Amino acid sequence: MSHTPSTRQQERIAYRRGRAVRSVLLAATSTAVVGTVLAVGITGAPGWDRVKESFFDPDTAVEYLPEILDGLWLNVKLLVVCATCAMTLGLLIAVLRTLRGPVFFPVRALATGYTYSFRGLPLIIVIYLFAFGVPGLRLQGTPDVLVLGAAAITVTYGAYLAEVFRAGIESVHPSQIAAARSLGLSYRQAMRHVVLPQAVRRVAPPLLNDTVALQKDVGLISLAGPIDAIRAAQIGVAQNADFTPYVVAGVLFVLLALPLIAVTDWVTLRAARRQNAGS
Amino acid sequence: MLLEIDKVRKVFGDHVILDGLDLSVAEHEVVALIGASGSGKSTLLRCVNLLTEVDDGTIHLDGEEITDPRADPDLIRRRIGLVFQSYNLFPHMTVLDNITLAPVRVHRRSSGDAKAQAMQWLDRVGLAEKAGAYPDRLSGGQQQRVAIVRALVNNPRLLLLDEVTSALDPELVGEVLTMIRELKNDGMTMVLATHEMGFAKQVADRVAFLDGGRVLEQGPPEQVLGDPVEPRTRQFLARIIEAGRL
Repeated sequence: MSHTPSTRQQERIAYRRGRAVRSVLLAATSTAVVGTVLAVGITGAPGWDRVKESFFDPDTAVEYLPEILDGLWLNVKLLVVCATCAMTLGLLIAVLRTLRGPVFFPVRALATGYTYSFRGLPLIIVIYLFAFGVPGLRLQGTPDVLVLGAAAITVTYGAYLAEVFRAGIESVHPSQIAAARSLGLSYRQAMRHVVLPQAVRRVAPPLLNDTVALQKDVGLISLAGPIDAIRAAQIGVAQNADFTPYVVAGVLFVLLALPLIAVTDWVTLRAARRQNAGS
Repeated sequence: MLLEIDKVRKVFGDHVILDGLDLSVAEHEVVALIGASGSGKSTLLRCVNLLTEVDDGTIHLDGEEITDPRADPDLIRRRIGLVFQSYNLFPHMTVLDNITLAPVRVHRRSSGDAKAQAMQWLDRVGLAEKAGAYPDRLSGGQQQRVAIVRALVNNPRLLLLDEVTSALDPELVGEVLTMIRELKNDGMTMVLATHEMGFAKQVADRVAFLDGGRVLEQGPPEQVLGDPVEPRTRQFLARIIEAGRL
């Protein structure tokens, strides 16, 4: 069935099209103006030539790129390991915090104490404590500084992720548990098959967002000594009194984050659509 | 008696919901619970399914006391099906997975076996083509019928229905009621809390009017709904008739 819009509808369409064209023109103009002002302002600044030399030197950039890339590979590996471990730890802690009954009081108290203290502790301090404090005990079989640093990052992020998972678990309506239990499922089975799958789906966007933050924070391991991208850049800076390697590392971190950020946005959008579709 | 409820008491805060309620249900019998909102119909069903703990009194199922604190609630619930007013299907699972979850995880049946049985039921209630759909793609009436099937595949001794048509649009009520009528013909023992007096009249062997936390009056539907003895029952029915629901 074909439908010819009425004159009133045609007027409406024409009006909306006119408004849309105007908005696009306005946006383009303002972008151009802001861009010009920024470019003129920065390149016209009195110290621009000095800054250009010591932050954006192409030769230094090319010279240190291979080392920084080598370091970045360590960051990627750390990200994968720390993200996996922190999510597992977070999920475990979140589930422990939901356990009811006096028998589980110590477990619950321990889990709560953990999320409170490690969300408050600055990551840098945790890394120092783990990487320098633990070897200081001179115990046999103390792992490598790299492993200790990774453990510090995992433990800190686990506390954040535990709260994200807990929010997800609490967002699942109690009637879902009632329905599962009424079918004869035990508490564990209800959690495993009914509550957690829904909870994880709901908190996927904030979970991925925390992973983006983690992606940057794995760079803090350089404080403990391992040569990651930031450490490699730092060495380059020290050798040349030129900050260009930092800028190179910064650009690489952004490039590394882009796919993860894109995935996060996509998942968030999809979750919002699902929510709006109603149930 | 299949189900024997004896002097059950339930208190929320200082609000007495059930005040020494007695009710017994024979095998193959269908009992309709009627009464005003807040008269304890839902609470009673939740007590029988052990989702809510009783504060006094006992409940026996097949002669076994299920309110005994040493009894395993998971084992008892396997013998009792409960269908909720708000369906409570699992939104992250397909219709088929909703139905086979308990048979596979609780009753340890093989996935193929459980699926075959589920499909048989879906076929019978005319929802076979919805097996792979997610609950949010179904109408309220279809969701509620799936919820009933989900309870039935566990082969319960007793089916509890808690206002199963209250959340439905009027034109969808019929399909659910038809299904319950068929279950009665199969000989399923049911206790149903309902606002549908006309339906209670048709399907119930006995109607029990709950008031003040007790069964104030019970008997055949024609008697309780047609010629009640108690003034409170008369008052309640007068309000229902006024609302055009009888």
